[in-house]
Amino acid sequence: MAGGGGAPAESRVGQVVLPGDVLLLPAYDEQDTERLPLGTSAAPRGRLLCGPGLRRCAGGLLVTKCGLLRHRRAGDGAAAAGGAYWVDSQQKRYVPVKGDHVIGIVTGKVGDVFRLDVGGSEQASLSYLAFEGATKRNRPNVQVGDLIYGQFLVANKDMEPEMVCIDSSGRASGMGVIGQDGFLFKVSLGLIRKLLAPKCEIIQELSQLYPFELVLGMNGRIWVKAKTVQQTLIIVNILEACEYMTAEQRKQALAKLSGN
Amino acid sequence: MAGEVKTKLSKNLLRMKFMQRGLDSQTKKQLDEEEKKIISDEHWYLDLPDLKEKESYIIEERSFIPCEDLLYGRMSFKGFNPEIEKLMVQINSKSKKEEIEEDDKMEADVSDEEMARRYETLVGTIGKKFLKKRDQRVLHDEDEEENSNTKPKKARKMFLKPQD
Repeated sequence: MAGGGGAPAESRVGQVVLPGDVLLLPAYDEQDTERLPLGTSAAPRGRLLCGPGLRRCAGGLLVTKCGLLRHRRAGDGAAAAGGAYWVDSQQKRYVPVKGDHVIGIVTGKVGDVFRLDVGGSEQASLSYLAFEGATKRNRPNVQVGDLIYGQFLVANKDMEPEMVCIDSSGRASGMGVIGQDGFLFKVSLGLIRKLLAPKCEIIQELSQLYPFELVLGMNGRIWVKAKTVQQTLIIVNILEACEYMTAEQRKQALAKLSGN
Repeated sequence: MAGEVKTKLSKNLLRMKFMQRGLDSQTKKQLDEEEKKIISDEHWYLDLPDLKEKESYIIEERSFIPCEDLLYGRMSFKGFNPEIEKLMVQINSKSKKEEIEEDDKMEADVSDEEMARRYETLVGTIGKKFLKKRDQRVLHDEDEEENSNTKPKKARKMFLKPQD
């Protein structure tokens, strides 16, 4: 049933992997838990992060999604000392994940809880106390149809997803109701990750054009607001199209716009 | 009937609480150990070797954010939304330096010295509230004495005859 024996994980980085492939992690099963690896061997000490699309199995990692295998080495400043493996896959449908920041649309109020549509299989719930400075008497001003930027507190396949608009220290830090006007549209999840990458050229080039505000939700939704409707629509069109444009085409398009 | 042949009490009966009150602590311990041995024999267990703990090496994570180091999703450019721009600077400097303690020292509305001064007086005023009545009266008298002392220092207002 399994697709052949496993191959070492490092050899398949950057290649297409299919569900059922086994990636062997060297040196972990040979060592005792007490002995530290001496010298610069292939397996650095530290926790290995097994990202989306991968699961633990005996001997290494099991692939559960098809896509390209990516790897990040252990380094300072990385969240996971010891490196990370994950599968870069493309999808349009969002599955709620704990800790993700998403844009939700308020579809209703049920008692003390708002119901939000986040593009997943179920609607998320958001308590009215989960805003900065909200108390039982001081309710937040949220109406049906408003846009909310929040993060998932609870998101697993067994329970209804729950969102909050404050972080662990009780501050809003940018979350909450997104203001008036602006334009909301949907793109694929891969593009969002591309735009949120640390040095994204698209965003840097766009920021040279005109002043605007941008909110990117991990569920594929983007909200843009600029001074005039025309500018807003230009930014929207560029963001939608840049998924399939090469870098030169994009620069040409932007040069035309900044010339206008 | 009375007494030479003692009826043998069963083990279960001896294990009951009221029968053990008279025992020494040592005999109690012995009984407990024997009980544990009995339990472990009767209870079933899996006769397998312990699995090696590999879990400490690998953490499963379903979110892309730690893998790719994604930025915060709310952005503003060229001063469109100054609060968001402030937030962006804050978050980027946090991720560079990774010092969360810095936030506590940021932009205090009230300086530390003023806080210390306010606290000094505050402790006094709130402390008065919790004094007992006798002590409160003493304080009150002290205040009055102070006030009465200051009075003679001020020029006493005598009656001024109206000038023609």
